[in-house]
Amino acid sequence: MRYDSPLAAVGNTPLVRLPRLSPSADVRVWAKLEDRNPTGSIKDRPALFMIEQAEKDGRLTPGCTILEPTSGNTGISLAMAAKLKGYRMVCVMPENTSQERRDLLSMWGAEIISSPAAGGSNTAVRVAKEIGAEHPDWVMLYQYGNPDNAGAHYATTGPEILADLPSITHFVAGLGTTGTLMGVGRYLREHKPDVKIVAAEPRYDDLVYGLRNLDEGFVPELYDASVLTTRFSVGSADAVTRTRELLQQEGIFAGVSTGAALHAALGVAKKALKAGESADVVFVVADGGWKYLSTGVYTAATTEEAIDTLQGQLWA
Amino acid sequence: MAIEVRIPTILRQYTDGQKAVEGTGNTLTELFADLETRHAGIRARLVDDTKGDQLRRFVNVYLNDEDVRFLDGIDTKLADGDSVTILPAVAGGMA
Repeated sequence: MRYDSPLAAVGNTPLVRLPRLSPSADVRVWAKLEDRNPTGSIKDRPALFMIEQAEKDGRLTPGCTILEPTSGNTGISLAMAAKLKGYRMVCVMPENTSQERRDLLSMWGAEIISSPAAGGSNTAVRVAKEIGAEHPDWVMLYQYGNPDNAGAHYATTGPEILADLPSITHFVAGLGTTGTLMGVGRYLREHKPDVKIVAAEPRYDDLVYGLRNLDEGFVPELYDASVLTTRFSVGSADAVTRTRELLQQEGIFAGVSTGAALHAALGVAKKALKAGESADVVFVVADGGWKYLSTGVYTAATTEEAIDTLQGQLWA
Repeated sequence: MAIEVRIPTILRQYTDGQKAVEGTGNTLTELFADLETRHAGIRARLVDDTKGDQLRRFVNVYLNDEDVRFLDGIDTKLADGDSVTILPAVAGGMA
């Protein structure tokens, strides 16, 4: 495959069958390897698409400053695209975000404004909105409410999956901004009305709920419950277990939120098997495990130890 | 028919502090009635009798991690070996 620039290489990721984790010859599980994007996550798609749509609308013009509340992959993707396209990038992120993430953002030239740890990304969103009001010339793409976030997946991820696997029966992805599920879900449903769209949301133990309670009340503007067929709530122990299974049985080194998506994928696959139905279940590998290596999840001697290392931590 | 039921901290006052208990039933309705016989008071925290036996608004129930509101709600069928997780829904959750 040949591309004219690194940015043109966003998307067109492999879809691979998982022969060992698929429950039977008729119930197959497939992984969409979004870690193969230029910055290593699925967020390259919405980041680039939101920037290019804003350029087309005339909202982003040469020399502009992009402002975004993000502590994660979207910021990294936006920072890379902004650098290559010549925009200044300012990220608002909670002060307790890991050094690795700060380094990744600064590496691509992003400036970081810290928001108070309390309230997590909800507070970062509020602070970013305040800063945006003080700088009306800065452009906030706002992934939680920008239709071009879901639009990126409607335009690229959904068509790629359907072209590679016309027999798809289930699509499974993590529930964050909801952009992936909304965009891919709408595209697939238009072409295959019976397709099942399955959300995997993280479930934390009681300790972490204390940290997250303000976050929990936040519903992204993009979210439309009617797109979803069902929702799975995946605890830390299952997410870690599946992340390690994916590595050990299929050789795929993925982030912990991917383990949660795999858990939901295996849940619907098992139901299909029990019902005697054939199924082609696609789930999203949202990013690789690199940014989470320091948690010890991958290197712990046993899965029980790995689960313990993640106690009380946010992983999605 | 044994079904494992995971109990959130907030409801462990009804289970002598146990994190998980066992119950039986062909549906969630039957399971909750069965739990009530050993853990008096728990059913009223889960089910709203004034609203035609619906799940209470701020309670989420998962069957093998799947949200039962996307299945058949309180009429969702259960099978031996299933796992049911009860969680308090935080106000304004994503549903």
